[in-house]
Amino acid sequence: MDMDGDKKCRGTIIRVTGPVVVADGMAGARMFEIVRVGEEALIGEIIALENDRATIQVYEETAGIRPGEPVTGTGRSLSVALGPGLLGTIFDGIQRPLAEMHQVSGDFIGRGSSVPALDPRKPWTFTPRARPGDRVRGGDVLGVVPESPSVPHLIMVPPALSGTVATIADEGEYTIHDPVCTIRSEGAEVELTMVQYWPVRAGRPISQKLDPVDPLLTGQRVIDLLFPIAIGGTAAIPGPFGSGKTVVQHQLAKWANADIVIFVGCGERGNEMADVLAEFPRLEDPRTGLPLLNRMVLIANTSNMPVAAREASVYTGMTLAEYYRDMGYKVALMADSTSRWAEAMREISGRLEEMPGEEGYPAYLGSRLADFYERAGRVRTIGTEEREGSISVIGAVSPPGGDFSEPVTQNTLRIVKVFWALDSDLAYRRHFPAINWLSSYSLYTGIVNRWWNENAGPGWESMKSEIMAILQKENELEEMVKLVGPEVLPERDRLTLLEAEVIRESILMQYAFHPEDTYTSPKKLYRMVEMVFSFFALARRAVSSGVLTETIRSLPVKSRLARMGTVPENAVDTVFPGIENQMREEFASLGRS
Amino acid sequence: MQRGAREYRSVTHIHGPIMVVDNVSGVAFGEVVEITLPSGEKRLGQVLESRTNRAIVQVFGTTRDLDTDATTARFTGKTMHIAVTEEMLGRIFDGIARPLDGGAPPLGEEERDIHGSSINPYAREHPRDSIQTGISVIDGMNTLVRGQKLPIFSGAGLPHNLLAAQITRQAKVRGQQELFAVVFAAMGITHEEAAFFVSDFTRTGALERAVIFLNLADDPAIERIITPRLALTTAEFLAFEKGMHVLVILTDLTNYCEALREISAAREEVPGRRGYPGYMYTDLASIFERAGRIKGRTGSITQIPILTMPDDDITHPVPDLTGYITEGQIVLSRDLHRKGIYPPINPLPCLSRLMQTGIGPDRTREDHAQVNNQLYAAYAQGIKLKGLVAVVGEEGLSETDREYIRFADRFEREFISQGPEEDRSFEATLDRAWDLLSVLPEGELRRIDESFIRKYHPAYRGQKE
Repeated sequence: MDMDGDKKCRGTIIRVTGPVVVADGMAGARMFEIVRVGEEALIGEIIALENDRATIQVYEETAGIRPGEPVTGTGRSLSVALGPGLLGTIFDGIQRPLAEMHQVSGDFIGRGSSVPALDPRKPWTFTPRARPGDRVRGGDVLGVVPESPSVPHLIMVPPALSGTVATIADEGEYTIHDPVCTIRSEGAEVELTMVQYWPVRAGRPISQKLDPVDPLLTGQRVIDLLFPIAIGGTAAIPGPFGSGKTVVQHQLAKWANADIVIFVGCGERGNEMADVLAEFPRLEDPRTGLPLLNRMVLIANTSNMPVAAREASVYTGMTLAEYYRDMGYKVALMADSTSRWAEAMREISGRLEEMPGEEGYPAYLGSRLADFYERAGRVRTIGTEEREGSISVIGAVSPPGGDFSEPVTQNTLRIVKVFWALDSDLAYRRHFPAINWLSSYSLYTGIVNRWWNENAGPGWESMKSEIMAILQKENELEEMVKLVGPEVLPERDRLTLLEAEVIRESILMQYAFHPEDTYTSPKKLYRMVEMVFSFFALARRAVSSGVLTETIRSLPVKSRLARMGTVPENAVDTVFPGIENQMREEFASLGRS
Repeated sequence: MQRGAREYRSVTHIHGPIMVVDNVSGVAFGEVVEITLPSGEKRLGQVLESRTNRAIVQVFGTTRDLDTDATTARFTGKTMHIAVTEEMLGRIFDGIARPLDGGAPPLGEEERDIHGSSINPYAREHPRDSIQTGISVIDGMNTLVRGQKLPIFSGAGLPHNLLAAQITRQAKVRGQQELFAVVFAAMGITHEEAAFFVSDFTRTGALERAVIFLNLADDPAIERIITPRLALTTAEFLAFEKGMHVLVILTDLTNYCEALREISAAREEVPGRRGYPGYMYTDLASIFERAGRIKGRTGSITQIPILTMPDDDITHPVPDLTGYITEGQIVLSRDLHRKGIYPPINPLPCLSRLMQTGIGPDRTREDHAQVNNQLYAAYAQGIKLKGLVAVVGEEGLSETDREYIRFADRFEREFISQGPEEDRSFEATLDRAWDLLSVLPEGELRRIDESFIRKYHPAYRGQKE
């Protein structure tokens, strides 16, 4: 499906500096065309043109490359292959499968190796959905392939094509390169396989953008309760190192109720990717009981892999996300970390000797970030069926020194609707997830309240605002305590401090490595919040009848509340009433003494 | 792709550590250059940028006495390589791998590019063998794992060298008798500091199993760019070819970054934060990411880089970028040091990201994770209350609050503090933690499951499980 024509240029290298190569004699080359550089045929992309002189960013290590070596155009821009076999695979930043690369070049990544993104030999069971004579257009379904037990993979007409189905394959086993359909379009016959290609830097077309309505459930209490993200929404997690960005990202990848998860490890640690690779196959999807990796695509471009491929990796991930969105799936894309992506842009920009903007970042940083996040959203897809699909994007940001005023954080905040601010003080206290409840926000709160009221239970909204009010008040009171000491606080305020402590310990803190605590269903979360409010009601009554807050603080039931998160989902209905009874008895005994 | 050597006398510019050679042809990016001065003295360089007939060369050592007339530049046709062999164990080299101990240069078994290649993430084995360093605050709260990179963030005048030497001496994976080796790379440290390590290694016999690279404070700064890469290439050979477990100590990364900045400035690149180049993250990653384990190979590379935070500022670009790449950090505190506590490790900003998989039943002990969590929470609470006492006095606090303060004090004196020769086992460390936690009311131990409290809390100790 080489729609880009076959005019291939051939030039000569005149300059090499790190990942940037300049070549002459490149007449006919186009912006963002993929070229093969040098005798080793390294993969590069044209990022600037001046007459027949092309500036190329090279996706592989350039040591040993010399002026005089050839550069060959491919006639195609940086594209990804879209078809069955993406799920469960780990790719590098330019969609080379790392497992295949391992077979070809061993434990260390070699240069110039080209490995097909999708296994060309693997047979897939294709079931036709269209019939000869059907009028079809871009996005229409031609057939379906069971890519994984939980994910039927729709084989769709490529976006720009429309016409009449001339032939379609019978049900049977086909490889991705076997033709499965021919379409008669404007007098010509176009043969289609199960794969289509799409340039990563362009968004795939949609029919209409829709407003977000439902929450993306993450199983993380502080997020679902206080700072929810909507399906099709965008969120940023900035935080200094060690504040738990990666753990939050992993938790969301594991537990968010998305159909498909694309995880882009962009310029991060190799050992962490090894952890994902070791751990995710063993994890079960809480909804289907199937391995989580079945619904996941991993893109790993660790910090020591070439910087230009890091720049491409987020686009590669986004294009895969759009492809599954077009099938009508709810996709969640995690990018860890967008700062490394921005730094890659800065590094390339510096080598091009572009005029730097703030902190050396290129002036187009803001617009690149905006372009990226704008590819998220809940949409009506193209095609006659008008499926509904969505991409929710969660980007980690790594601000230098934890300073949120730096350009990447600030440019991201202008675009995203949810901000989970990670806080090193909370992390030092081992309060995880270290999402600061005072500086974080979510603009979807109003939108998703309806869902919670309908699906979890009544009073959700009011309980939630009261929790925020208590936490806010705690902050004010703590300021006061720092100045004048705790003894001057009236009993009512002391109780507020206790309430805030219970909220923090029982609900907000969540231990990602505990088998039960790691995920909380909406139902359980609602019950936990209810339990905490029962405690508050009893405590307020007790305080107003003269019991000291200190006495309430030492009630044994308080530590049982703190362990509610570790109660298994199916034991909630038996264990929670027991805690509630204990609560009543302990408060009753306070009244008696 | 490698061609023969070519020699040129067409040096046209020299400024700072940079030399420009014109009228060249076919010079490879990254190629090694041998420079011959008019006096006959030889220096090394490396191509930073290559154009059709011009090469920009970074000169190792100084550019003093270079001229644009008689100086010759010989392009060797090779990128920077080191000849590696097991015979390097027990030897001491300078920052660019010339023997310093009077011996002959070892005969290499293999020539390796010092920049190495990235490990395919798919080939990585997730590190999970915990290393017992014998130091409670590390083993108990920030367990080091084989294949991890865990830096020590220190400050001028803090005992990071003593600590690094103690870790080197005591580090072991229990129940395993395996080949180990130490690769030590010094970048810009003083003679005195280097002598301390060498004599400590000699005293404990570690020297026989060590390869030492010394770029000292008075050695050319530019060579510091090469030193850690020589060390890591050697370490990779020992680990992945010879099956050894290699502990790599790199000190001091701050000096390394200064050298990086110097070159960047000389090249008139757009500076990033505090004048450090924008690619410093990528550059540091190309060092730190060489730690790890590989599936199907026995050896491992564990890195302990040491860096001094200028003005104890953890947000300075050097510790900041390091922290974003490494799997945690050990942070030394001047306050604890002033209180006379050794090792002065403040656990609160410390972190070991690989700890979770390295601890627990079969690895250390079942209660380890929860005890660790509780220690953190309790110590943080104690420190917070101590701050409050300074303002309002102790009268304002409840009895529980005072117990937290007592806990924090004893924790510093009995848990963090230990002798430079004291080697505590995981069990000793955890039992010590329980003794301290028992200072607090049992109801405060909310991070620990009741079953563990029954089993390990001193109040129940000696009772049948």
